[in-house]
Amino acid sequence: MKHTLSVLVENCPGALSRITGLFSGRGFNIESLSVAPTLDPTLSHLTLVTRGDEFIIEQIIKQLNRLVDVYKVVDVSEGEFVEREMALIKVRAEDETRAEILRMCDIFRCKVVDVSPKTYTIEVTGPESKMKAVTELLKPLGIKEIARTGTIAMAREKKSV
Amino acid sequence: MAGKDIIVEALKQEGVEVIFGFPGGAIIDINDALEKDGTIKYVLVRHEQGATHAADGYARATGKVGVCLVTSGPGATNTVTGIATAYMDSIPMVVLTGQVPTALIGNDAFQEVDIVGITRPCTKHNYLVKDVKDLPRILKEAFYLARTGRPGPVLIDLPKDVQNQKAEFKYPETIKLRSYNPVLEPHNKQIRRAYRLIEKAKRPIIYAGGGVIISGAHKELKTLAETIHAPVTMTLMGLGGFPGTHEYSLGMLGMHGSYCANMAMANTDLIIAVGARFDDRVTGKIEAFAPLAKIIHIDIDPTSIQKNVKVDVPIVGDSKLALKKLNKIIHEEGRPDEAWKDLHAAWWDQIKAWEKRHPLTYKLDKDVIKPQYVIEKLYEMTKDKDPIITTEVGQNQMWAAQFFKFDKPRTLLTSGGLGTMGYGFPAAIGAQMAFPDRLVIDIAGDGSIQMNIQEMATAMEQRLPVKIVILNNEFLGMVRQWQELFYDKRYAATKFHVTPDFVKIAEAYGANGFRATKPGDVESVLEQGLNAEGLTIMEFAIAKEEGVFPMVPAGKATTEMLLV
Repeated sequence: MKHTLSVLVENCPGALSRITGLFSGRGFNIESLSVAPTLDPTLSHLTLVTRGDEFIIEQIIKQLNRLVDVYKVVDVSEGEFVEREMALIKVRAEDETRAEILRMCDIFRCKVVDVSPKTYTIEVTGPESKMKAVTELLKPLGIKEIARTGTIAMAREKKSV
Repeated sequence: MAGKDIIVEALKQEGVEVIFGFPGGAIIDINDALEKDGTIKYVLVRHEQGATHAADGYARATGKVGVCLVTSGPGATNTVTGIATAYMDSIPMVVLTGQVPTALIGNDAFQEVDIVGITRPCTKHNYLVKDVKDLPRILKEAFYLARTGRPGPVLIDLPKDVQNQKAEFKYPETIKLRSYNPVLEPHNKQIRRAYRLIEKAKRPIIYAGGGVIISGAHKELKTLAETIHAPVTMTLMGLGGFPGTHEYSLGMLGMHGSYCANMAMANTDLIIAVGARFDDRVTGKIEAFAPLAKIIHIDIDPTSIQKNVKVDVPIVGDSKLALKKLNKIIHEEGRPDEAWKDLHAAWWDQIKAWEKRHPLTYKLDKDVIKPQYVIEKLYEMTKDKDPIITTEVGQNQMWAAQFFKFDKPRTLLTSGGLGTMGYGFPAAIGAQMAFPDRLVIDIAGDGSIQMNIQEMATAMEQRLPVKIVILNNEFLGMVRQWQELFYDKRYAATKFHVTPDFVKIAEAYGANGFRATKPGDVESVLEQGLNAEGLTIMEFAIAKEEGVFPMVPAGKATTEMLLV
């Protein structure tokens, strides 16, 4: 089962390495990871997507909490939550496909953020499923480069970190 | 005040009495500051691994935080085994390492190593101090982290320039760590749920681990066992947490545990686990482990609970506090003593029958010394002297665990989790530093003792009367035993074709050396060795292919024991 964990961690050197080291050392797996400081600059918010049965997820959460630098861990996928990811996709855009790409952008509410004679660079935002859909559709047209942020997530309403 | 003096002051405020260390270019300033100050005793070891085990032995024997001081680079990497040993067994320790000046960090400078990176997975926490102003806070935090919650080693890396920068010294009185709040006080509701299970259990067993000793819960544990008339089995780390001579003690369980303890675990309907973590050496094949049992698990570390086995009543908290509460509820519920006895009478009959069927035993030989016999004699001759026993790792460790009876906590110091050969002797040095007047004995094999034998010089220098019992079979015995049983007796890399003359080694260091080669010599050699003044080696030429039994082969159920 896929789980999305929201982790508040002290914004200090080595903290991220402790977390990733914990995952590799104990054989847990990280599907995606994104980190940035919160409003409180001494804390970082880390969103981590992982997989495992309930025992493994329980161990992961407990092990994370055991780290001295970890302030709080919430499994946001336990309840209702929103998740977003952003990708920049540089796609081949020749005369015959330029219009089609723009139509697709329209449908998926993507933005073209850079244009060259032979390419468009598209900004896509959404849940992971949308990333998949967009990349699948653009693939036949020729994706030259792709950069993704990894998922960030937040529990809906009251259950905030 | 300079960083180095801040460190010395902070160590003094933490009540540090002794530091084990080895000097070098990146730590010379702190050695100098310690020397000038003169308050704290510094023990110069012969190898940094020895320093960490000595600090660890000091910590296990006293319950205080052990402290090491070493230089950068190889000095720091040599501490890794000792740090990992302490980490696996939850031993409070602070390791101070020198580091190259901050401006050189990352430059592959002489004797530079990223020790903070290296030790991240084997410390409870670690620090690289980049600003002298952080030094008092970090030192305070390090000692606090080391000794609270589930204890463990903490490393502080100290760049040489930071040691010499000046800052105002004010040692913080309080600690603010918003991300670290170990739960000590167990949940009342969980304790009550635990009682409901205990109340109904017909075949309960108490399974006690090192947490009992760390939290000082031995009295409470004894009260619990005696009140509900339940048998107690201990892990290697738990030995001494409940008196080994008590009629309710089934001894150690697991791979080399007693037949009776393993059978009881397999047939129990309720395991009361206290400060233990269901390690693979205890459970054997996990699918076959205690199939009929409900489990109450008391542990201060939530990650230990539900890690290997499914638990019915998890209790997160300090073992001592949890047992106190549990005992209180049992007392309040007021079930009469006779009722408890009656409830468990049939269970005890069964346990006694197991005990009778396969007691812990070995075959005596009139020509060759049996190692178990040496341990039995050693026990008989020292039990009234309240000795501290340390062990190395392997057969010597298991024979000590089986045949020496530990009645008090902190009397057996042994590397349980990591299983570090070479641990016992330096640990004995640490314990003897803490208790100069007590009898401290390292039970060793001829393999393990050679891993840190250089510390003989340290013990001589400090005039420590440590007694070393070497069970010499000219083999790496435990591995040989596996080869005998599971590898068609192909003794690959386990036979020592050269073994030094340990008596001469003792003499070379200026210590005493005695040797026994026949069963008839055992008592007199022990007698002479134990009464000799100062550091002493007693070497026993034991049966070369003696095995440790019972034995649960790795991956088998704990009921599938190989017996004598």
